Amino acid sequence: MPLKTEPITINVGPQHPSTHGVFRMRVTFDGEEVIDVEPIFGYLHRGSEKLAESRTYTQIVTLTDRMDYVASMTSNLSFILSVEKLSGIDPSPRGVWLRMIAAELQRIASHLVATGFFLQDLGTLGTPLIYMMRERETILELFERLCGARITNSYMRPGGVFMDAPDDFWPALDRFLADMPHRIDEYEDLISGNEIVAVRCDGVAVVDSQTLIDASITGPMLRASGIDWDLRNRQPYEYYDRVKFNRPLATASDNYARYIVRIHEMRESLGIIRQCLEQIEPGPVRPESVPFLIRPPAGDSYVGTESPKGELGFYLVSDGGVAPYRCKVRAPSLINLTLLREMLIGDKLADLFVTFGSIDINMGEVDR
Amino acid sequence: MPANTAFDTSGEDLAAQIEAIASSAVIGNGDTDVWVSSDRLLDVMAGLKGAGYEMLIGVTGVDYVGYFEVVYHLLSLSQNRRAIVKVKCGEGRIDPVMPSVLSVWRGAELQEREVHDLMGIRFEGHDDMKRIFLWEGFQGHPHRKDFL
Repeated sequence: MPLKTEPITINVGPQHPSTHGVFRMRVTFDGEEVIDVEPIFGYLHRGSEKLAESRTYTQIVTLTDRMDYVASMTSNLSFILSVEKLSGIDPSPRGVWLRMIAAELQRIASHLVATGFFLQDLGTLGTPLIYMMRERETILELFERLCGARITNSYMRPGGVFMDAPDDFWPALDRFLADMPHRIDEYEDLISGNEIVAVRCDGVAVVDSQTLIDASITGPMLRASGIDWDLRNRQPYEYYDRVKFNRPLATASDNYARYIVRIHEMRESLGIIRQCLEQIEPGPVRPESVPFLIRPPAGDSYVGTESPKGELGFYLVSDGGVAPYRCKVRAPSLINLTLLREMLIGDKLADLFVTFGSIDINMGEVDR
Repeated sequence: MPANTAFDTSGEDLAAQIEAIASSAVIGNGDTDVWVSSDRLLDVMAGLKGAGYEMLIGVTGVDYVGYFEVVYHLLSLSQNRRAIVKVKCGEGRIDPVMPSVLSVWRGAELQEREVHDLMGIRFEGHDDMKRIFLWEGFQGHPHRKDFL
């Protein structure tokens, strides 16, 4: 006679080290197996979209920093592009190159956090996480040279960036570019071929690509299912049409595929930064003609950009005033959680956090 | 090249495409967007999905004081195009209702809940229409213009 078990419901979070912020899942278990999951959001809801309606466009940049706070630069960029489209501002070339360099550095930093914590959730207890935090720290120091802030950068402005990079930024960036490929090799030696990682991740939380598309899921999650969709290449913004890069893909669409796509994307980002350095030329970092107080004409605009988590876009409605009438954020972190329930059901308790980590969300962006 | 508009379907083309899917559903169009009537929304959306707009990128509610508008951003991966469909949500501000596109796209699940929570628009046909960020029992809908 089989052992009779009773389903038990447990709250995971909101204060839990593996929920990457304040996130709660109400999980029902049958023994060790997950049979139902209900995600509960809102613990970090600060009403950023509402706050934006009473701030000028330049002030809103500071709010975008605090949405995805491990990828502030890419949040800045997405917002700025929407403002530029709305008000017809043509940015300075040097400003655009600087924004691309900052955004790609940020992509590496965000993927380091994503993979580091993913591996921590897997139970690697420290080593990979500390290695990856060490490299992220180098990037944060580069940001500090660039704009004075490590995390909440507010570096970008309509038309470009607020100041040029100081002279000591460039040698530091070169050192980073020379060093980082070896670091990524080191991670790959440690993890990519590791049998324990493979056993824990292969074939766990598989979702087919059609379901992902239907559920509006973008970014590395979509590319890990074999769909070649990267906005930097398919709908180029900034000068991404002037740089060459590969789009790393995987086909298994499991936890390992999502991990390996991020690792390869870091290498591609390094390549993009090198090409930016070859093409950047001296000049103003933002046009003199752009006023500090922008009044876009009445109308609306949406620009989708490839943030480290997926498609991040700002839908802005202007009534001709100094503040937007409506500022809506298309947050990949929230929308990528649409399939969380399907991905977790049938898996074991220990895989719950691993799968959650492999989605790579940021609660600041989920709740806004 | 700054932010780019080359991938937005022009309003005229999109209006013609929607007219072929559901006749007399189009109310008007702008440069890159089309207004459709809310009672034909599901036909239009199902038709656009069949015509290659596989992904529902965004659902946004906007409060224009006299009425609410819901904006749908669609994306076609196969044709590399975007489309913007706007729907006016009846007249007045009391209990605005829209048909839910959850039966067309799974991706509407959390996005429609967000609009419901913060803008107070009810999506009929959504099987889990409850607040997403704020708690049940919270008074009002913060993104409305009359909230603060």
